[in-house]
Amino acid sequence: MDHKEEYHWTIEAKASLFDLKLNEVWAYRDLLVLLVRRDFVSFYKQTILGPLWFFIQPLFTTIIFTFIFGNLAGISTDGLPKPLFYMAGITAWNYFADCLTKTSTVFKDNAGIFGKVYFPRLIMPLSIVVSNLVRFGVQMLLFLLMMAYYYLSGAIFHMTSAIFLFPFIVILMALLGLGAGMIISAMTTKYRDLAFLVTFGVQLLMYATTVIYPLSEAFSKYPDYAWIIAYNPMTPIIETFRYGFLGEGSFSWGSLGYATAVTTALLLFGIVIFNKVERNFVDTV
Amino acid sequence: MPAIKVENLSKAYQLGQIGTGTISRDLERWYARMRGKEDPFLRIGESNDQYTKSESDVVWSLKDINFEIEQGDAVGIIGRNGAGKSTLLKILSKVTAPTTGRISGKGRIASLLEVGTGFHPELSGRENIFLNGAILGMRKKEIQRKLEEIVDFAGIERYLDTPVKRYSSGMYVRLAFAVAAHLESEILIVDEVLAVGDAEFQKKCLGKMGEVSKGEGRTVLFVSHNMGSIASLCNQCIFLQNGLVKDFGNAKDIINHYLASLKNTNKVYVNDQFSDLPIFTRVEVMTSEPGAIQLNGKDLKIEIDVYMPKNLTGMAVSIQIMNENELPIIFTYIFDTSQPILRDVGIHKLKCVLPKCKLYENNYYLKVHLAESKGKTKFQEIDNICAFQVQMPDDHIEWGWQKDVCIYTEKFEWEISSANN
Repeated sequence: MDHKEEYHWTIEAKASLFDLKLNEVWAYRDLLVLLVRRDFVSFYKQTILGPLWFFIQPLFTTIIFTFIFGNLAGISTDGLPKPLFYMAGITAWNYFADCLTKTSTVFKDNAGIFGKVYFPRLIMPLSIVVSNLVRFGVQMLLFLLMMAYYYLSGAIFHMTSAIFLFPFIVILMALLGLGAGMIISAMTTKYRDLAFLVTFGVQLLMYATTVIYPLSEAFSKYPDYAWIIAYNPMTPIIETFRYGFLGEGSFSWGSLGYATAVTTALLLFGIVIFNKVERNFVDTV
Repeated sequence: MPAIKVENLSKAYQLGQIGTGTISRDLERWYARMRGKEDPFLRIGESNDQYTKSESDVVWSLKDINFEIEQGDAVGIIGRNGAGKSTLLKILSKVTAPTTGRISGKGRIASLLEVGTGFHPELSGRENIFLNGAILGMRKKEIQRKLEEIVDFAGIERYLDTPVKRYSSGMYVRLAFAVAAHLESEILIVDEVLAVGDAEFQKKCLGKMGEVSKGEGRTVLFVSHNMGSIASLCNQCIFLQNGLVKDFGNAKDIINHYLASLKNTNKVYVNDQFSDLPIFTRVEVMTSEPGAIQLNGKDLKIEIDVYMPKNLTGMAVSIQIMNENELPIIFTYIFDTSQPILRDVGIHKLKCVLPKCKLYENNYYLKVHLAESKGKTKFQEIDNICAFQVQMPDDHIEWGWQKDVCIYTEKFEWEISSANN
């Protein structure tokens, strides 16, 4: 008699690479919500300023960028008010960078809990991305306040219909950070070297993205090398973001489509290698 | 049809440093796989004996395990430390994947490998119940429905909205166990986590687990060193030894088999392999009676030979006397700093006498350590050697000597006076 079909589950030495276990993730969706809540609540406990801390970092970065890159180095901001230009870039970049760096250490940070209980491991990086969304939301609020201030004081900028792409852009940033972060996290469980590169690499990557300069400026000053910047998938995202909210920036459906394609590819690859490593990482961490 | 079926299950671990030199090894492995050959670093046949040095640094924590568990059975998993018990539970809980083989099963698994996994100290008891429950795989609705029962079982009603960092360790354990025990799973896996709670709570937990398996027909797998709890809870037992299933069957029989296997180790430990490091060459327990039997109240002698390959100062030797539940009862040591020992090259003989040893009747064995205290170097640690049995003197006390009434006896005096004066 063959009863194999009646078993609900099997644990095997080798699992299929392309079983993404997404249905399992869905079954644990309540856990995702609770983890996000935990991050949020535990962040505020025993702080005086609470969510105000979310403001301080982008605010100071904007001030410093305005002085150094705007005034001292005199890099063009496409005619936009400098703080507004930088704030747009920083807000978007920070979200991506947070998703990337936090996801990249997910195995190391959760070794304790991963070693003791099973749940779909993907929940953890997902919860990081969603938790960061809260922080991003608060920083967006700051950005909108700043827009209102500049609007009232008569600065020239205008929103474009590309603003309706905003939700899509946020998802794109989240998934790009998630995908890249998962690849790094999977590669660092055994060889920690890469972990040192991440913080440093993210910083460098920012300069290869149009955070502190517009893409048009890169093309006019370094026409031969600007393709590096244009092929960075974060560039179209930030350019679209700026174009939508401030009306300046190089927006094209083609480049946004390219960013989407890269994101999808990285994400799928990320999930596959994350799931592969997850099965045995407890033994090597 | 069994609830859990384990087929040819093996798990290999790599010993030593991970990370250095593993790239070249990974490449070698990959190359071997490409040619369709066996992994050069995974040689089956190497046994997992912690006390002998093996040539390969891959160790098989579980080796080709096969067994089936019927639904509703309460199965105890017993064996010495390092026998593979925890590895088996980890694989069953899907925390780590097996190296070869497969497990098939029916129904949801709730596993409690550690108390309070995922508890966040800043969150309240209530929030942690939800978080912990969700980590274990419960839906929010399910937890909501069980909340009252969980709180009731844990007895933390008054503290429900207090952060768990303010809980006593007992409350913490109670809450954690309560959440796992109330998960509607077909299979419950419990590692030795109950040891943290107090006796009353342990009883309550065992009661709950018994209720789960007998009353609700759920399957329970339980690891413990406490044969008493295993005997009272489990109807089936798996005895693991060096990564192999040594015996499987009726709990009472297997427990007796396991306890007998502890006794049967030789009362003399001899090692004739010298190395360039200090090493025990012989450890022998000299019991008061022949046949490795020690009478309570008589002197117990332990003789130790140590080989020193070079001149060293700061050596230290220590002995632990452990009982059959792997509980250390006596610890004694000698340090070079207080009395010169083991300073010269060659074999040294040490003799330790415990005058009028008052161990209670039970089975005991030794664990010996050889170390150098200045550099904090541990040269050798040998566990589970020189088994002996303590018997109580044959003076007929009224009730006879009951098992496990104590682990140690002491001289005592009663003073009698009358309240009428």
